Amino acid sequence: MSNKSIFFLIILILAVGGIYFFSKDQINVALKSDVNGKCNIEARVSIVGNEFPAIQTIGKGVKNCVGSVVKTNLTADHQKIHVAGMSSEPAEYTSAIVANTSIIPLLNNDLIRPLDDLVKSYGNKLKTNQLITINGKVMAVAFMANAQHLIYRKDILEKLNLSVPKTYEEMLLAAKKIREAGLSNYPIGGAYKAGWNLAQEFNNMFIGYGGKHFKENTADPNVNSDAGINALNMMKSLSEFMNPDFLTHDSNATTAEFRAGNVIMMNMWGSRVATLTNAEGVNDEIKNGTDISGPLTVGGGKIPASTLFWDGWTIAKNINDKEAEATFKAMIHAIDPLIIKDENVKNEAVWLIDGYTPTNTARGVFSAVEMKTKPYPMLPYIGLMHSAIGAELADFMQNKEDAKKTLSDIEDAFRAAAKEKGFL
Amino acid sequence: MEGFLYKKMIKNFKIDSIFIYLLIFLWLTIASFPFMWTFWGSFKVELDFFSITNWYNAVVGKNTFETYETNFTGTGYIGAWVQEEFWRSFLNSAIVCFFVVITSLTIGTLGAYALSRSNYKYTFWLLIVALIFRAMPPITLVAGYLPAFFEWNIWGILPTTIIVLVAINQPFTLWMLYSFFLKIPKELDESAKVDGCTQFQAFRYVIIPVMWPGVITAGLFSFLLAYNDFAVTSLLLSDENRTMIPKIAAFLGTTYTEGNIMFAVAAVISATIPLFLLVMFFQKKIVSGLVQGAVKG
Amino acid sequence: MKHKTFFWFILPTFLAMFVFIFLPIISTVLQSIHTPHDKILMTTENCDPFGCKQVTSLDHDAINNLKRNEPLGKFVGLEIYFDRGHLAIKNVNKLWQNNDSVSQFLSSLYDLPFYKALFFTLTFTFTVTPIMLILGFLIALAVNNINQKLRGMVIFFSLLPMIVTPLIGSIILFWMIDSRGIIGTFIQWIFNDPFLSLKASTLLTWIMLIVYGVWHAIPFSFIVFYAGLQTVPKDQIESARIDGASKFQEIIYITLPHLIPLITFVTLIQLMDNFRVFEPIVGFNAEAHATSLSWIIFNDLGGETRQLSSAASSSILTILGVSILLLPILIRTWKDFYIKK
Repeated sequence: MSNKSIFFLIILILAVGGIYFFSKDQINVALKSDVNGKCNIEARVSIVGNEFPAIQTIGKGVKNCVGSVVKTNLTADHQKIHVAGMSSEPAEYTSAIVANTSIIPLLNNDLIRPLDDLVKSYGNKLKTNQLITINGKVMAVAFMANAQHLIYRKDILEKLNLSVPKTYEEMLLAAKKIREAGLSNYPIGGAYKAGWNLAQEFNNMFIGYGGKHFKENTADPNVNSDAGINALNMMKSLSEFMNPDFLTHDSNATTAEFRAGNVIMMNMWGSRVATLTNAEGVNDEIKNGTDISGPLTVGGGKIPASTLFWDGWTIAKNINDKEAEATFKAMIHAIDPLIIKDENVKNEAVWLIDGYTPTNTARGVFSAVEMKTKPYPMLPYIGLMHSAIGAELADFMQNKEDAKKTLSDIEDAFRAAAKEKGFL
Repeated sequence: MEGFLYKKMIKNFKIDSIFIYLLIFLWLTIASFPFMWTFWGSFKVELDFFSITNWYNAVVGKNTFETYETNFTGTGYIGAWVQEEFWRSFLNSAIVCFFVVITSLTIGTLGAYALSRSNYKYTFWLLIVALIFRAMPPITLVAGYLPAFFEWNIWGILPTTIIVLVAINQPFTLWMLYSFFLKIPKELDESAKVDGCTQFQAFRYVIIPVMWPGVITAGLFSFLLAYNDFAVTSLLLSDENRTMIPKIAAFLGTTYTEGNIMFAVAAVISATIPLFLLVMFFQKKIVSGLVQGAVKG
Repeated sequence: MKHKTFFWFILPTFLAMFVFIFLPIISTVLQSIHTPHDKILMTTENCDPFGCKQVTSLDHDAINNLKRNEPLGKFVGLEIYFDRGHLAIKNVNKLWQNNDSVSQFLSSLYDLPFYKALFFTLTFTFTVTPIMLILGFLIALAVNNINQKLRGMVIFFSLLPMIVTPLIGSIILFWMIDSRGIIGTFIQWIFNDPFLSLKASTLLTWIMLIVYGVWHAIPFSFIVFYAGLQTVPKDQIESARIDGASKFQEIIYITLPHLIPLITFVTLIQLMDNFRVFEPIVGFNAEAHATSLSWIIFNDLGGETRQLSSAASSSILTILGVSILLLPILIRTWKDFYIKK
C-alpha cells in the first residue's frame, strides 16, 4: 500500500468514526420501537450503577423507555465516578443506583434531590418500606435487600449429629468436631480479606456484641470498648478454623473453597446464594448438601452479628425538573412489580418490590430481616471508619498486636481522616 | 565449505555453551510457564482451573470431564465472545491502540527530534521536567480529570481516553525517541539545510526516511501501554466504550456478586493472541530499532 | 536549532503534557494544602426498608454557605502532610522519645501506615531494580550467544511476562501459588514442609511480590540490553581477543562500558516504575502484609472515603520520593550533557 492510500484510509476511518460517534444517540433513539407503550419520557435519562445481574435488569427496563435519550453506565467502579458525574452542571447522570454504603458520598456532597413530590405523582406502586427518608424527606427508592448469613453443609452436620449453629459460639464447637472427625481441616470460611471485607466482618461482630461505632450524636469514635475487644477475640478464634491464607480470601475465594468442599460453614452474602452451587463442576454431594439459614448471634446477644443492606436509586440535584421527572418515571417503570413474573429475574435478588415472595435462596436475607438485624449505619463518616478498621485490623489478626492497641490505632486513624474531612 | 561449518560448530560447542542453553531454557520456562498454564486451563471449568482440591485436576480436567464428558470445553470462550459480547471491547481496544500509537508517535517524534537538535540548556531541563511528570501516579491524575471531564461533557468517550493515554505516555516516548535521534548524525540534516531546506523540510525529507526502526520500537511500547492500561480506561470510559482490560476486570465480579472467572481467563488468552501476532511481526524491528536508537541512553 | 523552530516542534507534545500532567499536578498541590470545610452535623430521623431511627446527618445549607465563600476549602498548609496518615511528625517524635533502641523505634514506626508503605516500597524498589538489571543482562548475553535461527523464538517468548496484563497475570499467579496450586505445591515439595503457605506470612509475601516484580520487569531490560549488545564495536572485541583477554574480561572492559548509557536509561525508568508499585499488591490480595505509596493513594480515593486531600498529599510525597531517588542519576546525566556541549 502506498503512503497516499494509507493516508486516505485513515481519513476515511476518522470520518466514519466521527459521524457514528456524534450521531450515535440519535440513531439509537430512532431505531428503538415502543415495546409496551407504557414508558414515554420527555427528557434525557442517564443512569450510573453497579453491574450485577439485578441492576442489569433495571438497566434494561430503563432502556425500554421511548421518547428521548436513555443511557446507562453500569460498572463496578460506579462509586468512584458517581460523585464527579453528578457534580457537574448539569449532572451527567440523572440517577445513581446506590447501596446504603455508596449513597453516603452523594448525601455528604448534597448531590441528590428529595423525591416526595415525584413519589406522590408517580409512585403509587411503591411500598412505604421502599422509601428511604432522611430528615423526613424521601431521598432514595430501594428495590432490593442483601445481608450476610450462614451457609452450611447440611450433609456434614448431619453426619456428625450436629444441629445447625445459631450462634458463633456454636459454630466454633461444630468446627472443632468437624476437624476432629477429619472431615475438613479448615471448616470455617469467611471473606476476611484485609481491607473492606475484613472491616465488614468486624462491623458485624461488633454490632452483634452490642457495640456502637460512635459516641451518641457525634463523630467521636467508640470502638475501643469491651464490644470491640470481644469482637476481635471472636474473629481470632474463628480464624483458627480458617485456611491460613484467610487474610487474602475475598468472597470469590471463599465461595470457591466452599464449592471445592473445603469449607463447611461460612458467613456469606445472600446475593451469592443463587449461583453458589450452579457453577460448572460442583459435584452432587456439595450441590445437594448445601443449605442456608439466618445470620448468627454472638456473645448471648439478641441482635444478629450481621448488617442489612439495600440497593436503590436516587435522582440528581443538578438537573432540571423535566429530567428528574423523566428519570423517576423510567426508574419506576424499570422496577414495576411485573418484572418479577420472570423466574430468572425473581431469582436475581431479594426484591423489595410489591408482590415478591421470597424464593428458596432468599430465605437467609428474609430471616435476617425478621431477626431485626441492624441496617448498615448510614452515617456521614461511616466510610472513614470502615476504611480505618480495614487498614488497621490485619495486624491483630496476624498476632502482631493485642486487641487494645489495634482498637486505639483504629481510633487514631479514624480521627486523622475525620479531621481532614471536617467531621471533628 | 560444509566441513568448515562443522568444524566451527564443534569449536563453538564448549562447556559454556551448554551453560548458556541451560540458562535460556530455564528462563523461557519461567517466562512462559504461567501463560502456557493459563492457555491450557482456559479450556477447563473453573473448579479445575483453580484446582483448589489438587493442582493435578487442572492438568487432567477431572471436573470438566464430569460436566461435559470431555476434557476440554470452549464454554469460556463462547461465553466471553458471544454472550458477553467481548468483541465490542476488542474493537474499542483496537481503536484506542491505533490512535494512541499514531498520535503519540507523531507528536513524540517532532518533540524528540527538536530536543535532540537543540544545544540550549533548556533542552536538558525540559527532559528532566518530562521525567518528573512521569513520576505522578496515574490514579491521582485520573481522579483529577474526572470533575473537569464531566463538566465539559467529554467523559466516557474514546477520544478523551486516547488523548489522556497519549499525554501520560509522552515522557517515556520522548526519552526513547530522543536517544534514538541522537544516534542519527547531525550532518545529515545540517547539509540539507545548507542546500536551502527549512528545518521542517530537512526533517521531512532527510530524517523521516531513516527513523522508522526507532519509531517502531517506541510505537510498540506505546501500543503495550494503551493495550494493557487499566487505571485510566476503567475510570474514563462508559461501559459501552470499555476496552478489553476493564471488561475482563468486570468478569471477575464484586464482593456481593459472583463473576464468571472462566470468561475472564478465556478473554485474557484471546486478548493476548493479537499481541502474539504483533510481536512476531515486529520482533526483528524492535531489536533493530533499539540497536540504532536507545543505545545512547 | 533556532528557538522559534524549536518551539513549533516541541509545542504539541508539551501542550499535551502541560494540560494533562502539569495542570493536574498544580491542582493536586492546591488540594493537598486545603481540606473540606468543617461539617455541621444535626440529628434527624431516617427511615429505610428495615425501620426508622434517629441518626446524625449533615446540615447542607450551613455547609454550602461556607463553600460559597471559600470554594477551595479550608486552607491548612502542610497539616495533612504531617498528620498520622502521612509523615506523622507528632507520633514519630513520641516514638523516638519513648523507645530506647533504634530497632524498637523502627518496629513501632512500622505501625504507622505511611512508613509501613514506605518500607515496602523502598525494599521492593531496591531489590527488584538491581536483580532485574543483572538477570536481564545475563539473559541478553546468553541469547546473544545462541544460534541465530533460535533467537527470534527466544525473544518472542521472553517478552511474555511484560505483555500479560499485570491485573490478570497476578490473579492467575495468585491461584498458582496457593498452597494447593501447582507452584505452591512445588515449593512445599522443595522445602519439604506440607504446611508452607506463601500467602500467610509477611516475609514470604514480600519475597513473592519481589519475585513477581522481577519476573515482570526482566523482558524490558533484556530487550534493551540485547539491542545494545548488537552495537558493541566488533574491532574492539577482536583486538581484545588477540591480546588474549578472557570472555569475562571482554564483558567487564568492553561490553559493560559500552552499555553504560543504556543501563542508566533502564535504571531511571525502573526505579520510577518500581517506586510506584501497585498492581501486584491488589492482584495478590496482599494488603495485609504489604502496602505501597500508590496503594495508599488508591485506598484514599475509594468511593466511600474520598479523602482527596490525603490522596493529593501522598501523590506529592511520591513525586518527591521519585525525585530524590533519581537525583544521583540525573546529576550524572547533567554532567554528561555539559561535557557533550
